This record gives sequence, C-alpha cells and structure tokens, in this order.
Amino acid sequence: MKRDCPTCELVDPVLGVLAGGDEPLTVYTQDDTSFPESVSAVDDTDLTVSWHHDIETVPTLMRVGASGVEEERIVGWSRDQWQAFTGNIELGITLPEHRPGCGSLNVDPAHADALQARFGSDGLAARRVEFASLEDDFEAMFDRGWSDGLPLIPPTPERVLRMLEGTTRSPDDVVAIVPPDLIEVTVEKVAVNAVMAGCKPEYLPVVLAGLEAVCTDEFNMHGLLATTMSVGPVFVVNGPIRNEIGMNAGINALGQGNRANLTIGRAVQLTVRNVGGGRPGEVDRAAHGSLTKLGFAFPEDEEGMPWISLAQERGIDAGVNALTAICTEGPRLIVDQKSRSAESLVESFAQCLLTTHHPRMIAGIDALLVISPEHMARFVDAGWDRVKFRTELEARLMVQADDIIAGVGGIEEGIPEGFAGLELPKFRPGGLHIAHAGGPAGLFSSVFAGWVSGPAGSVPVTKEITP
Amino acid sequence: MTTVLDPTNESTPAIIERATRPESLAGLTVGLLDISKPRGDVFLNRVEERLGALDANVKRYRKPTFTKPAPVDLRHEIATECDAVIEALAD
Repeated sequence: MKRDCPTCELVDPVLGVLAGGDEPLTVYTQDDTSFPESVSAVDDTDLTVSWHHDIETVPTLMRVGASGVEEERIVGWSRDQWQAFTGNIELGITLPEHRPGCGSLNVDPAHADALQARFGSDGLAARRVEFASLEDDFEAMFDRGWSDGLPLIPPTPERVLRMLEGTTRSPDDVVAIVPPDLIEVTVEKVAVNAVMAGCKPEYLPVVLAGLEAVCTDEFNMHGLLATTMSVGPVFVVNGPIRNEIGMNAGINALGQGNRANLTIGRAVQLTVRNVGGGRPGEVDRAAHGSLTKLGFAFPEDEEGMPWISLAQERGIDAGVNALTAICTEGPRLIVDQKSRSAESLVESFAQCLLTTHHPRMIAGIDALLVISPEHMARFVDAGWDRVKFRTELEARLMVQADDIIAGVGGIEEGIPEGFAGLELPKFRPGGLHIAHAGGPAGLFSSVFAGWVSGPAGSVPVTKEITP
Repeated sequence: MTTVLDPTNESTPAIIERATRPESLAGLTVGLLDISKPRGDVFLNRVEERLGALDANVKRYRKPTFTKPAPVDLRHEIATECDAVIEALAD
C-alpha cells in the first residue's frame, strides 16, 4: 500500500473489514507509516519486502500459506476478485467495481537501481571497494590513482547497473584486449570507467566502439602511449547516434561545453589507464602530452554539408552509426578570412597543411582536417564534392625534395640527400582525413596533425557503433 | 560509507627477479637490439666496438618498427641466444 495512490485510499476501509475476519492480515506501507488508517501497517518504506515479493502495483493482495509460500495474488482493486479471494460477498459493495492500482515504489526508477544493487544477484563481477566513512569519496578516487587529473563520478553499483542499460551486450562480454598490459576488458569494466568519466548510459555503445577501435593492432595504442610524441586518439562520430545522444557538431564542437563530446573519449582513456595500465610516467612517455590524451570526441556536421561523411568515405553505409579513431595531437587553426574562391582557399589549406609538425616532415604522418561551415560554403558554392576537394588539395600537397634535404638552409632536420630531384607528397596515400564541423560563423578551419602513420605506426580505424 | 566498483584490472603485478649480473662479459654473448629509429645504429656500432674490446661476442637484432613492442619471436630468439642484451633508443 502507499498513501500516494487513490486506489489504495479507496480500499483502506476494506482492509479494516479484512482485519476483523478469520484470516490473519498483515499490511505493508511503502510511503507513510500512518497509512492505511483502518489498520496498523508494517513499515516497508525501505521497500525491502516489496522488492523481495516483486510487487509491481499497489495495492497488491497476497495469500501466503503456512509454509510462507505465496499461494495467490491480485493487483489493483477489482470488487469481484477481492470478494472471491476472501469469500466475502459483501466486501466493498459501496466501492466502484474496478480501479487499476498505481506503480509500486520498488519499481520506481528512483529506487529500482539501488534495490537491485542492494538485494539482487546483479551479475556484477568487479571487486567492491568500500571507502571509509571518514574518506571523501572524490579524494578517495584520486588517492587510489584512478583519475586522469580531473574529478571522477563514484562508480557505485547502482550507477554501473544504470550505465549497463545503455547497451544490449552482456556485462561479461569481452570488448577488447587493452594495451599496454594486454588485459581482457569486459563491458562491465568499461561501464565502471564510463561512469567515472561522466558518461550517460546512452553514450556507452560509442565508448565500446571507441575502445574496440583503439585496441586493434593497426591503431597501435601501445605505441601512442609509449611514444615521446604528444598524441592521443581523437574520435569522429558519424550517423544518427550523434544527435540521439546530444553530441555537438556546431559552435565549440572541438572545445568545452558538451557532455558527450568530452566524456566519451575520456571513458576510453580512463579504461586504457585503469585496465590497460597506460599511465603517464610509466609506459606513457609523452614529452609534453596533449589534450587529445585526456580523450576527445566530436561528431561530424553531416546535416550542414552536401558531401558524403567521413565514415562513408571510409566504407560505412549512409545512416549507419560509426566512429573513426585517429591518432593526433591537439587542433590548430587555419586562418583564412579573405579567400572567396574555392581555388584560393584550397591553396591556403595546402600551405598550412604542408607545415604540420615540420615543413620537412613528409609522408610520415597523417592529418585530420576539420573544415568549418563558412569555409565549406566556398567549396560547395564552386560545386566541389568531397572527391574533387581531395583531388585539388592533394595536388597542392607535393613538396620539392631539394627544398627539404637535411642541411639545406642551415637546418639539420630534413630528408636524406638520396631524394634529391624528386617531388614527394606531404601525406601518404589515404593519410589525409577530412571532416566537417564547427559553428556557423568563423572563417577558420582546424588541423589535427598525426603521428607515425601507416602500418609502421598507427592506422586510423573505423568501427560501426552497435547497440 | 560508499561502495564502488573497482575500475582497474584487479591484477597483482608478477614479481620477476633480475638475472644475476655477470662478473665479466668475456666469452659471453651480448645482443644489441636496434629499435629501427634513425641513428640508433650509431650508438650500437660504438657499443659493439667497446664490447669487442671486452672479448664479448656480439649478436645484432632489429625490431621491425620502433612504434610497437618487439615481436614475441624476436624476444624469444634474443633470450635463447644471448647472455645479456642492450636495447638502443635513438635520435
């Protein structure tokens, strides 16, 4: 019974009649120990009895045999049913014939997870860690080395259960083998780290796809950690899930302000840290580090461009949810506020891209170019599609080897003399990745420069995001 | 009191004792592992010269790429053929 239910209030006097009958009656109340008024009730405000009897509706009337086994149950108020149940044909004759009951508090979302975690065989395998009563929960997590430097949400069993509702995968399903310690990670362990990162349950499928992507041999997460270069994984998300989970492809898409953009990558990186053992100063040897090492995701603005998406260019069907992991440093701007023709702007892009990492570094690194809407409009106005744009840009990304040989111009960095006389591409074939995102105003685009590219280093990986 | 789930891999690191340091390198085989990064060979060539002067036998090895851990077969080869190993960084 609960007071906050009109049907329970309706049957209150009926309980008084039953209490005076031959069969012993015990009434449990969920929300107010002074209710019902016709009989005294047992306090079940912690919902223990309700949970253990799987009560879904109040009022529920049960008959329990001498051995404690339930023999019969009816839910809500039905005059015929209550009369038949009790054998009292006068019972409730002044009441309406039928009233449905109300939702029981133990199945209310506000209580269900906590009750499941408290009483259920929740299937969670992770070790329980109890913080001492004098410990501050947030400091306790820093003290145990679980944090990337930012505060974490405490991964209580209730929160982890709620997180696991974001995927259809079983908690004990193995997602990946996480470098550098090469540890099998389960969906449950990822969920624990996703809670800490601040994810909502609906982000979990994207986090799982991200982890699968970085834990491939091609992506080479071990190398990303161990290198002294300051690179980390950037995740570009395509497909309807971008909007369904509220990712931001617009103003400040590469910055702060959106929970999904900032916590999905963080969840992947916290898993690499806590499960894989990839911690700065240990296997992680980056000279400077980069915000991409905190974890970083953004969606492509598919609606705002007539081009096929990054994922489609990489072989994913239109409308399919997918994530592409690319190893890069943080973004830097391409500032061109004067170009009004596609030819001028693509030339600007090329000149900026030619300097990534070092003007003399060629064919060794990938780059991710993020075109803003205002810049994109120049190419769309000229009728360029993704293929035309790529062709025009790559044609301008050729370098005269003579200009970049080691020692030329008094700079010892450069390529060996043996390349003299050749014309060389800045990026390996397929090494330039192009996405569209950003706010509606601003004649700026962004470049993320990569790391050692290709099979000898890191190859970008695209994964479908499955529920 | 708050109960949380352990976000780590819950494993205990295995403790492996370091190999005994040899008194002398004379007659022993020392592996030199080049990680395939520019100028690592400059360092290893010099080390090979110095080891030769100590009457050590030198075997040279090379990782396919510096960005990835040495393949398990290569690690096994070095472990079975050498008494000691020196891994070069580079640059």
